[in-house]
Amino acid sequence: MSDALSYMLQRLTAAILAPLVLLHLGLIIYAIEGGLSAGEILSRTQANILWPVLYGVFVVAVAIHAPLGLRNIIREWIGKSGPVVDGLMAVFALVLLLCGARAVMAISG
Amino acid sequence: MTKNLTQNLTVKIWRGTAEDGAFETYSVPSLKSQSVLDVVTYVQRHLDETLTYRFACRVGMCGSCAMTVNGMPRWTCRTHVDKVCDNNQLIIEPLRNLEIIRDLATDMAPFFEKWQKANAKFEGKLSRHDKIPTIDPTDKKRQAASAAIECINCAVCYSACDTVAARSDYVGPAALNRAWSLVNDEKHVGQTGLKKAIKTDGGCYSCHSHGSCSQSCPVGLDPAGSIGSLKRAYSLFGQRT
Repeated sequence: MSDALSYMLQRLTAAILAPLVLLHLGLIIYAIEGGLSAGEILSRTQANILWPVLYGVFVVAVAIHAPLGLRNIIREWIGKSGPVVDGLMAVFALVLLLCGARAVMAISG
Repeated sequence: MTKNLTQNLTVKIWRGTAEDGAFETYSVPSLKSQSVLDVVTYVQRHLDETLTYRFACRVGMCGSCAMTVNGMPRWTCRTHVDKVCDNNQLIIEPLRNLEIIRDLATDMAPFFEKWQKANAKFEGKLSRHDKIPTIDPTDKKRQAASAAIECINCAVCYSACDTVAARSDYVGPAALNRAWSLVNDEKHVGQTGLKKAIKTDGGCYSCHSHGSCSQSCPVGLDPAGSIGSLKRAYSLFGQRT
């Protein structure tokens, strides 16, 4: 992947993630402060399609954003780049996507 | 010059190459209005004639006397000792990110080769027989070109840049600053080659916007701003995609 495409994808996903991370953190605090049980939380997330859609977007953005950042760190701090690193990052992206998809499916019932 | 020999400066200077070198310590008389270049010159003329360093104009026109002084890249001719001296001590090293030839002199060739790689050279289409077109100095593009044009290729920004240190293929802030000047130059006809070079790997999208280049530029230019403008202009939503 070229530097130009990598740069654009990372900035676009960062723009998506910035509000979603704040929302996610706010939700965690709200749920804990309110004393909601796991069952109550799940019943709320399963009641509205908006939650799985929101977290689905979150997961896709993370799966793109994190491997690109890690790829840059590996390139600049360890000095390794090329098809092997790109392949490893693709695997990392897939793992993030699958783990995230599993969590999204769990909250959507 | 009025001499004020109340105390001596402790000056540590890098001697040798990167692989085979070490700091040597010299004691240099402290003088009024003394530049770092004066200190280096004193060492070479009075203490160790084998000291290798580079300078030419001594007045901030040529940029050839750039060195690392107390951790920061600077023009030594325009740097007063009393502005940078720490506990009466100076540590003088060659510029970072360039191979050391010997002592304080670095090989500038890779720096200039990267200007070529970024296609940051002017190409005109007119001959001396054509009429010179009128350029409006208040035009927005001309002002952007003019703001970036005063670079004298001293490599201080290149030395200050952490991305240059991390990636050998990154062309660096000076070349990209020059590229931004050319992008806005109506008389430059090589825009296609310039665009390709800017967008390629090691071009403007490799920059992390740390801003060390702008912070250290002795002319007060803003290479980080130029690179940011290039990123916007050539992005998916830019005007020059």
